[in-house]
Amino acid sequence: MKIKQLSVFLENKPGALSAPCRLLAKANINIQTCSLADTREFGIFRLVVEDTDKAKRLLQRNGFAVKVTEVIALEVADEPGGLAAILDALEGTGINVEYAYSLTGRTRSGHVLLLFRFSDPNTALRVLKERNISTVGSEELTKRLKG
Amino acid sequence: MSKNRDLPPMHPASAMDFLPPAQLRDVQFTRLKGMVQRAFDHVALFRKRMDDQKLKPSDLRTLDDIVKLPFTVKTDLRDAYPFGLCASPMSEIVRFHASSGTTGKPIVVAYTQEDLNDWTRAVLRSLAACGVHNGDIVQIAYGYGLFTGGLGLHYGAEALGASVIPISGGNTDRQIMLMKDFGVTVVCCTPSYFLHLIDRAVEMGVNLKELPLRTGVFGAEPWTEDMRERIEAGSDIKAYDIYGLSEIVGPGVANECIHQAGPHIFEDLFYPEVIDPKTLEPLPDGMEGELVLTTLCKRAMPMIRYRTRDITALEATRCACGRTLRRIKRIGRRSDDMLIIRGVNLFPSQIEAALLKVEGTLPHYQIIVDRQKDLDTLEVQVEVTAEAFSDTVGALEQMKKRIAHSIESITGLRPAVKLVAPRTLQRSEGKAKRVMDKRIM
Repeated sequence: MKIKQLSVFLENKPGALSAPCRLLAKANINIQTCSLADTREFGIFRLVVEDTDKAKRLLQRNGFAVKVTEVIALEVADEPGGLAAILDALEGTGINVEYAYSLTGRTRSGHVLLLFRFSDPNTALRVLKERNISTVGSEELTKRLKG
Repeated sequence: MSKNRDLPPMHPASAMDFLPPAQLRDVQFTRLKGMVQRAFDHVALFRKRMDDQKLKPSDLRTLDDIVKLPFTVKTDLRDAYPFGLCASPMSEIVRFHASSGTTGKPIVVAYTQEDLNDWTRAVLRSLAACGVHNGDIVQIAYGYGLFTGGLGLHYGAEALGASVIPISGGNTDRQIMLMKDFGVTVVCCTPSYFLHLIDRAVEMGVNLKELPLRTGVFGAEPWTEDMRERIEAGSDIKAYDIYGLSEIVGPGVANECIHQAGPHIFEDLFYPEVIDPKTLEPLPDGMEGELVLTTLCKRAMPMIRYRTRDITALEATRCACGRTLRRIKRIGRRSDDMLIIRGVNLFPSQIEAALLKVEGTLPHYQIIVDRQKDLDTLEVQVEVTAEAFSDTVGALEQMKKRIAHSIESITGLRPAVKLVAPRTLQRSEGKAKRVMDKRIM
């Protein structure tokens, strides 16, 4: 199952990050998880929220460049080799991990949740399913995060 | 090593600089008639404009009748790209040069062998006017190639008998090394580049004041008396202003004499007028307006009343050197939006044409020109649209590269590209403010 993630273009300067966060706060939209990629000049603020479309509209209306990207949430065993096992499953498929970051919040004991952006999400999903690696969908994610 | 500032005897070619005014006008009128006839016979655009005004070459009865002739503007050259304004067959054309147009295509200029000879002679007279002679070692740090600066100065200096170092632009450390090792006495480049050379020489531990270098021939961009003072104080040389534009010929349309009182126009080759850029009416000497030039001898590509867009005034007052040639007041601004960056002409419309080739980058952009360590910098800020925005850093960096490449291939200038958030670039009265020129000259 794929999850929708929002990416927001930010300039790399003080205050740039607070602007979209304040907007979302005012609209009572909770950021379930986020990560920040940065270069010297600009950054990409990536976030997952419950109502992606609403958040996207809000940000766009306020002048942000926003893009919806599909990511895949995976449950990774919190033990040595946990992440390696997943990457092993993708070995030889030509699928590239463009970036990944971890989810905060409560998850099944002994596991952590990681969000992956794959170069080819659909093929990645199929490969993972074949290897019996389960993915976590949006609803499930929300449920787990809320406990 | 010391600086030898002895003045050479007058070069024979400089005799034309001292023609009595009445004789100069005779020469100008004879040449003008011949040139207009050639243009009328061989250039369709010119002939059509003459026909529209019911004018014939024979209607030129005196030199002052030149004001009856139609103007030529930069877009005429663009529309005629590449050879539409040529008056000579390809068998007689021996060289092309090109400079920035207002959009993607350059402005092309053509020369016959005789044109090159005339140009060489104009540059020779330019150099001779500021005391350059056959004993000099001349380092030419203007770009060679399509740009007229390098080759123009090159042939003029060689014809003068000077020893030429055709180093072209860039590679500052090597410029300074040769300047020192060869005992260079004359340098030709843009004034801002020379200011950069002064700074770099200090960093390298080279004292330009102690080198034989005594003369700089600077042009291809507007500069000020303040820059002249900084150059002369920083290197103990004399800095002279050379003026020219490729549409007319290249450098050597005008050059300062040793009195540094503004470039003397070689009026026997290039006929100057100053007009009011709004009414297009001719203005008397001393009044500031747009410089209009007519080539009196050019064969391959005659230019008739070419509007240079440079704002200046013609000074007819007598110069201490005794030249009868009028001078142009230092050119500081233009009547169009052309920018000159590191000697390269840049129109904001060229940036727009470049961005058009990179999807999702228009319409909001801004051009920021600055001068850092005496070198012009060009930054293009582009607002990231939702369409162009991509979720990965790599893709955005790639977009920056594509923008920079597109701009460089059209303008010849490599810009710094900065992606900025939507709605951050300044809009004034609904219309975007495209250019910020922060240079203080």
